[in-house]
Amino acid sequence: MFAYIVRRLLYAIPILVGVNLLTFALFFVVNTPDDMARMQLGAKRVTPEAIEKWKAERGYDLPLVWNSNEKFFLDKATKTIFVQKSAKLFLFDFGYSEDKRDIAGEITTRMWPSLALQVPVFFIGLAVCITFALLMAVFRASYLDVWGVVLCVAMMAISMLFYIIGGQYLFSKVLHLVPISGYQGGGDAFKFLILPVAIGVIAGIGGASRLYRTLFLEEMAKDFVRTARAKGLSERVVLFRHVLRNALIPILTGVVVAIPFLFLGSLLQESFFGIPGLGSYTIEAIQAQDFAVLRAMVFIGAVLYILALIATDISYTVADPRVRLQ
Amino acid sequence: MPVILATDVLVWLLVLAAAGYGLYCRRQPHLAAAWQRVFRSPAAMASSVALVFFLGVALLDSLHYRPALDTRPGEQKAYGTEVRSVLDLPLADLRGNTEKTYSAPLAMVSYAKEQVELPNGKMGREFPRLRFGGSHLKDASEWAGDVTRRVLAGFAASVLLFIMAALVIRRLGKRRPEIPWNAALAAVGGLLFVTGPAVALSLCYHVLGTDKVGQDVLYLALKSVRTSVVIGTLTTIVLLPVGIALGIMAGYFRGWVDDVIQYVYTTLNSIPGVLLIAASVLMVQVYVDTHPDLFQTAAQRADFRLLMLCIIMGLTSWTGLTRVLRGETLKLSQLEYVQAAHAFGVRQPRILARHILPNVAHIVIITLALDFSGFVLAEAVLSYIGVGVDPSTNSFGTIINAARLEMSREPVVWWTLATAFTFMFVLVLAANLFADAARDGFDPRVRV
Repeated sequence: MFAYIVRRLLYAIPILVGVNLLTFALFFVVNTPDDMARMQLGAKRVTPEAIEKWKAERGYDLPLVWNSNEKFFLDKATKTIFVQKSAKLFLFDFGYSEDKRDIAGEITTRMWPSLALQVPVFFIGLAVCITFALLMAVFRASYLDVWGVVLCVAMMAISMLFYIIGGQYLFSKVLHLVPISGYQGGGDAFKFLILPVAIGVIAGIGGASRLYRTLFLEEMAKDFVRTARAKGLSERVVLFRHVLRNALIPILTGVVVAIPFLFLGSLLQESFFGIPGLGSYTIEAIQAQDFAVLRAMVFIGAVLYILALIATDISYTVADPRVRLQ
Repeated sequence: MPVILATDVLVWLLVLAAAGYGLYCRRQPHLAAAWQRVFRSPAAMASSVALVFFLGVALLDSLHYRPALDTRPGEQKAYGTEVRSVLDLPLADLRGNTEKTYSAPLAMVSYAKEQVELPNGKMGREFPRLRFGGSHLKDASEWAGDVTRRVLAGFAASVLLFIMAALVIRRLGKRRPEIPWNAALAAVGGLLFVTGPAVALSLCYHVLGTDKVGQDVLYLALKSVRTSVVIGTLTTIVLLPVGIALGIMAGYFRGWVDDVIQYVYTTLNSIPGVLLIAASVLMVQVYVDTHPDLFQTAAQRADFRLLMLCIIMGLTSWTGLTRVLRGETLKLSQLEYVQAAHAFGVRQPRILARHILPNVAHIVIITLALDFSGFVLAEAVLSYIGVGVDPSTNSFGTIINAARLEMSREPVVWWTLATAFTFMFVLVLAANLFADAARDGFDPRVRV
């Protein structure tokens, strides 16, 4: 398994190089640093000197990929925007944001509120959806099942924004149960996080429960379940040891696909609830058009995605002993 | 003077293409059978009524023109800079009758007190009467009676139309008894009984209130439908060719072609979609800002951004389709009839076009239907973050974005958000139900 993980990590390198080339093309080739300078400086009548100064301050005054002004070959290749701005992402050297703060430092401090929000959403959401889906599948064609599916379909059609705005209004403004927004570390975090976590879980119920229900029903119709029942195993054992265990593999596969969406969800939640995490950082960067931060977030997002893919493969071996990673 | 926006052309081309596909389906028995299976589902019939309604609104809203300005005879005709659409003609009243600021649904007075001159000459704070909403009423005591009368009149008209619809549908039911016409009739009824009273009331009231700058919320919502439909459909135009070509090529040619394509989509997939879209949209924004001479009117600039948003969303979301098509093509290319075609010396492009493509078409249809609602929901989120459509474009995202602080003001302004969310809910629900029926009808595994 160790060799497998190492190989997968090596395989990640060309993907990260691809991500890097793509962001480089997007941020520096499609629009030149001059365009960005003009955009940041705002006004239509920007002097060329102001643009040059803006570029020099941020290190954008270098050539894109080949610096023919330098003497030595090494300098010619490295004193370029590509190496200084794009390739350095690999060393987790993200440079500075528009307000001159160290992006890597910001990310390490903002990581924790994001994790405090997303980890509970992920695990509670998974548990709730599996329970709900299992209930619908066990009592299939009953009122619980029929109305459960109707509820899922309806919930799938509701925008995430509605859950957030509605939840904030109901629980914070009308019922005064939790603060509307804000964040504090440590034990106080609980009261700030409970509503965003609940909303994150609820927003995911519709689609996931419906999918899991189908997966459970598929497993329940298989021969080994009938055999298990015929052997006289209790319904509990059949359900948890046979049906749930076998349906876990497709569920785990789907959960990874949801990780980018978790990211999207947290963008909204963090900005609405004022949680100083990576999501709100990204939104602030988008709104301030801070391309340095966006580049860093794209890179980190890609790294996280690849790590999540590897984690899924490892989780397969836990869920299904027949799976061997080689 | 007609104004031709790029998205208008594409939307109408799409309608033509859909019509062409419909004719093609009629001649292909297996496709006709699949579509019949789709429409045998009551949910599909009901949701397609709603979808046709939204599509109709969107299509009317996709014929743009610049109204002629009043000119004296003999003078050269001049045109306004404002771009309107055919939809604005029936909605001219809704569009024109603006208030000063917020007013509640069906209100005849403003939502907040204002400093006004009282009849006795003193100044006082009072709820001023609206310019348009209920302006024909003398005082508040007439309000309830007037609203009831209008609702009843609207209902009466709906009942008449409903009976006519029922007669038409019974005719159709005799010809095609296997299709659940009652579900369609129920949906038509639901639509009529909502629109009838709404139309009757909208002649003299703001049915869904007005927003901060006094625009009618119903008008804004109806104008937003086009943006949602455009994003839901045009994005797929971009997505389909890329997704189909790459998916089939990866599955059929295998080897290095497969490796390259897999590498490309893993790379794209590994970037969180919203970040990629945000980055690309910001780049488009920079481009638009640095090339102001490319666009004659503000509408064209906004339209360019809408089109680019569709393209960007399409280019970032083809990976799902490609992955599924690759798997299916891998399976198909091993089947005997493909092997046989190969052995007979049929050329590869021909095998792809005649033997592979028609057999993965059901996946394409299912993906199309499933993606639509996802794009509609995504538009709202993106516009909220600020990387969606141009702020001057009407869309559910921009409505929600403009109303983001209204729930925290006192007293609460709930109707703008409620309207946007309700419209989106109905549109997405209808699209989802239709997509489910399409999946059931086209999925070969469920064939009976």
